[in-house]
Amino acid sequence: MSAFTRAEVCTVAVADAFRGDGEILASSFGTVPAIGARLARLTFEPDLLMTDGIASLVADVRPVSGDAPGEPVVEGWLPFRAVFDLLWNGRRHVVMIASQIDRYGNHNFACIGDHARPKAQLLGMRGAPGNTISHTTSYWIPNHSRKTFVEKVDVVSGVGYDRAAKLGKQTSRFHEVRFVISNLGVFDFGGPDHAMRLVSVHPGVGVDEVVENTGFALAIEGDVPDTRAPSDEELRIIRETLDPAGARDNEVPS
Amino acid sequence: MDKRTTAAAVVAELRDGMTIGIGGWGSRRKPMALVREILRSPLKDLTLVSYGGPDVGLLCKAGKVKTVVYGFVSLDSIPLEPHFRAARQAGSIEAKELDEGMLQWGLYAAALRLPFLPTRAGLGTDVMTVNPHIATVRSPYADGEELVAMPAIHLDVALIHMNRADVRGNGQFLGPDPYFDDLFCMAATRRFMSCEKIVDTADLTKAGSFHTLKINRTMVDGVIETPNGAHFTECPPDYDRDEAFQKEYAATARDPAAWDAFARRYLACESEEAYQEAVKREAVRSR
Repeated sequence: MSAFTRAEVCTVAVADAFRGDGEILASSFGTVPAIGARLARLTFEPDLLMTDGIASLVADVRPVSGDAPGEPVVEGWLPFRAVFDLLWNGRRHVVMIASQIDRYGNHNFACIGDHARPKAQLLGMRGAPGNTISHTTSYWIPNHSRKTFVEKVDVVSGVGYDRAAKLGKQTSRFHEVRFVISNLGVFDFGGPDHAMRLVSVHPGVGVDEVVENTGFALAIEGDVPDTRAPSDEELRIIRETLDPAGARDNEVPS
Repeated sequence: MDKRTTAAAVVAELRDGMTIGIGGWGSRRKPMALVREILRSPLKDLTLVSYGGPDVGLLCKAGKVKTVVYGFVSLDSIPLEPHFRAARQAGSIEAKELDEGMLQWGLYAAALRLPFLPTRAGLGTDVMTVNPHIATVRSPYADGEELVAMPAIHLDVALIHMNRADVRGNGQFLGPDPYFDDLFCMAATRRFMSCEKIVDTADLTKAGSFHTLKINRTMVDGVIETPNGAHFTECPPDYDRDEAFQKEYAATARDPAAWDAFARRYLACESEEAYQEAVKREAVRSR
């Protein structure tokens, strides 16, 4: 097994979040998620759809950094209006960045502080409310700390499991927060009442380091395994095909 | 009918307190020449409805705005619009923050002259608490599902920018995305379309297939030819975003002296022509 970086472990963890998704739109925000989604498509999820980030569905997998070879092969037109239709239709899995997340997966990237007069205006609600009530969502948090993993988010832009439960089975039937991937580990919502559970810690990270940097009590069951290491083939694809310029290292320094 | 008019005539129709919808998306194909004309006017207390970009930032910074209805306000290559952020953090504007799809639904409801359209988007989030005027509705059918009743967003005026148009008010987008400009027009009482170039009707389909004729003349009251009128936002294939200019604009949020210089250089121009001259002059100087 080759040596690998933390960013590469995170990339593979994001790719694994798309496992089993089949023929849906894979949307990703952030550098590591962009590489991870493409890695999934080039390996075990060849039917995933992806956009160029503008309005084209592209049939070939484009690199995230470095010089792209030639023009993309366009397989469809997906302007914003069609994106909204598609996401309400449900055939999508999005990986969004969270500025804050709580134990039930309530998500905030709208603003910090009181919404009427925020300390910091961030992205706004964007598509998070519609995404989270309509299709599978995962989160990428490159800076795991007590400021990002919080007891209570300042504003709820993405629906968590406690709020989904209050909406009832009928309304929340398309809600799924599948994974949270941070620079320290991988989490799901398999704890009591869909509380956040530590699935794995990245190689070199201790469970105590995760607990120390999390602002609420995580569900932890028995011995927590390491996040799986990238295979040699995955490392080759990440390094040579998808991110030859090493953009991933800017997001998750080694 | 010849609907050609001028930016000055359009803005002369506007009144304090009006609700103005602005087409485009983020820092993409915004009717910036019309926005600049508003900046030159004494208008105030406006409600803006926008997939927001520098249109919102500039009007907030200039003190023209009371309320913004939006899903986001972004410069795209600079994710957070700094002047909008400053206004939010100073508490100087009222924010009606929506999910992006809810905003479309509100415009579509107004376009179809319906009181609301149902959606799941917003349920379970603080969209519902920060917008207490938005109610839910129960499906009258067997499912009985409770949904958001997204209220119609009626506009007094819609402002959009197209690549090409004819004098009768047919409009053509030649870039990758029509955005929601047709809905902005259909949701509005008065509708104004600026464009890069006015062409003969017969020439419209020479520039692009009839699928690009998203705006028809029932949707438009006035047409204004404003070459480079989306500057500094992108307007492909006519031109890309002026990233250097946008960077300079964004940096003025951190430095009052830089804002004063920017405003003197570009916003104090007496006309759109003078603005375009100033942009050219400064671009040459910094080269």
